[in-house]
Amino acid sequence: MRKFKEFSFEFFIYLSTLITIISLFIFLIPIFKNGYKGIFPEFLFTFPKNGMTEGGIFPAIVGTFYLTILSTFFSFPVGIITAIYLAEYGKPKFLVDMIRTSISTLSGIPSIIFGLFGLSFFVVRFSLEVSLLSGSLTLAILSLPIIIRSVEESLKSVPVTFKEAAYSLGCSKFETIYKVSIPVAFPNILTSLILSIGRVAGETAPIMFTAATLYSRRLPKSLSSEVMAIPYHIYGLVTEGVSPEKQIPIAYKSAFVLLLLVLIVNLSAIIIRQKLRRQRRW
Amino acid sequence: MVKEKIKVENFNLYFKDKKVLNNINLSIFENKVTAIIGPSGCGKSTLIRSFNRMNDFYNAKVDGKIIFDGININDRNIDLSNLRTKIGMVFQKPNPFPFSIYDNVAFGLKVKGINDKSFIDEKVVKSLKDVWLYDEIKDRLFDSAMSLSGGQQQRLCIARALANDPEVLLLDEPTSALDPKSTQKIEELLEVLKKKLTIIIVTHNIAQAGRVSDYTLFIYLGEIVEFGETKKMFTAPENKKTEEYITGIFG
Repeated sequence: MRKFKEFSFEFFIYLSTLITIISLFIFLIPIFKNGYKGIFPEFLFTFPKNGMTEGGIFPAIVGTFYLTILSTFFSFPVGIITAIYLAEYGKPKFLVDMIRTSISTLSGIPSIIFGLFGLSFFVVRFSLEVSLLSGSLTLAILSLPIIIRSVEESLKSVPVTFKEAAYSLGCSKFETIYKVSIPVAFPNILTSLILSIGRVAGETAPIMFTAATLYSRRLPKSLSSEVMAIPYHIYGLVTEGVSPEKQIPIAYKSAFVLLLLVLIVNLSAIIIRQKLRRQRRW
Repeated sequence: MVKEKIKVENFNLYFKDKKVLNNINLSIFENKVTAIIGPSGCGKSTLIRSFNRMNDFYNAKVDGKIIFDGININDRNIDLSNLRTKIGMVFQKPNPFPFSIYDNVAFGLKVKGINDKSFIDEKVVKSLKDVWLYDEIKDRLFDSAMSLSGGQQQRLCIARALANDPEVLLLDEPTSALDPKSTQKIEELLEVLKKKLTIIIVTHNIAQAGRVSDYTLFIYLGEIVEFGETKKMFTAPENKKTEEYITGIFG
């Protein structure tokens, strides 16, 4: 009987693992099969033509790039500093509890709500219009909980013995944080930040009403320009327009490009972490 | 002949409402090694951490005085940074930072705001020489400190503390994580270092206290049972409890 229990438990472990891997492939294969052809270089570097039925997605790639990078300008500083506060200060208790509740609430909100919030708050209330700026601010708020949590984890994984050593050598609290805790946690912090970029790049709903446009013949000129973005472009190709038989293949290609970009970002995070970790072992 | 370096008067320490150290009165003498011995949980580590206020991080409450350089270090408004550079500390588990060997030793100087590169270089080399580490690692000063052996790491930690030119060095069971050979090296090192500074060492190892110290302090349940010259205490202890602990009847 015990043998049987052991066996069935192992069986379910393998089964579950297998299901995970298979679903990943079921998901990836059609996108790769239908998307990889003729990507390079025309598709990547040309503008869409004839109402999205021909041409490439250059402005969408540029738009996604701008949105993502600009959002980090807002989310990284605020996220990192909040994480430092939570991990290293953590007082007074009511403030910490309040921040934690806010973070978990924020992370539980569906992304379409962020989109609507961005619309009413940034676009309308602050009259920022549908623009690169509104979209990045909305994305920044969406990514804050992810950044705060992972950076806090990284800081908390720094051994107490290092901090004690720093104090015993005459460091103040602030010096201990920025001369020891942050440098020691740096590989993990960097990885979390890069991973959060990958997450933001693929979001559709938050930028739908705040930044994105379906069709543009120009690159964004300023922070107040509307931009194309790959995820929203895919959405548009599939749901709008008049010639789906021409649009669907383009949607596949765009999905392929988006996946590839996210994959590259995540892979670089892993490589950077491995590299930095090799130098710092304890 | 012997000069008093630190004087502890009616010192009590509490964590929350629990009294951990009770009415400690004690003199630490200059250029001597004072060993603190006693069974686990008796307050040895808490006492040694009182000399550089490391108990602050665990919200300790204290009363009584610890006089060092004519000031009571328990005063609320003393310069802790300054105190901790004058009273250096080495911990139980070797804890070099995961930076280079050089950066570890230079750390304290850079915290002090010293930027003179040649001065720092000189100080790093001297501190490493003082702990007999320089010749072993002079070709890899910029390698990670994590590449050193446990014993070398602990000597690096001593060098890191010495770079601050401390007057007192606190060692909290510095050899309990090390092999016998590395332990011996550190014990010999203390013999040399005490010519320049005052050393307080907590140890679990009674024989080690006998070998390295000039004075021994035996604590039990947060109180001083006996304090005196090591030679005398190990040959003719005054207190029955001390005798039992030293001879291994309890502990």
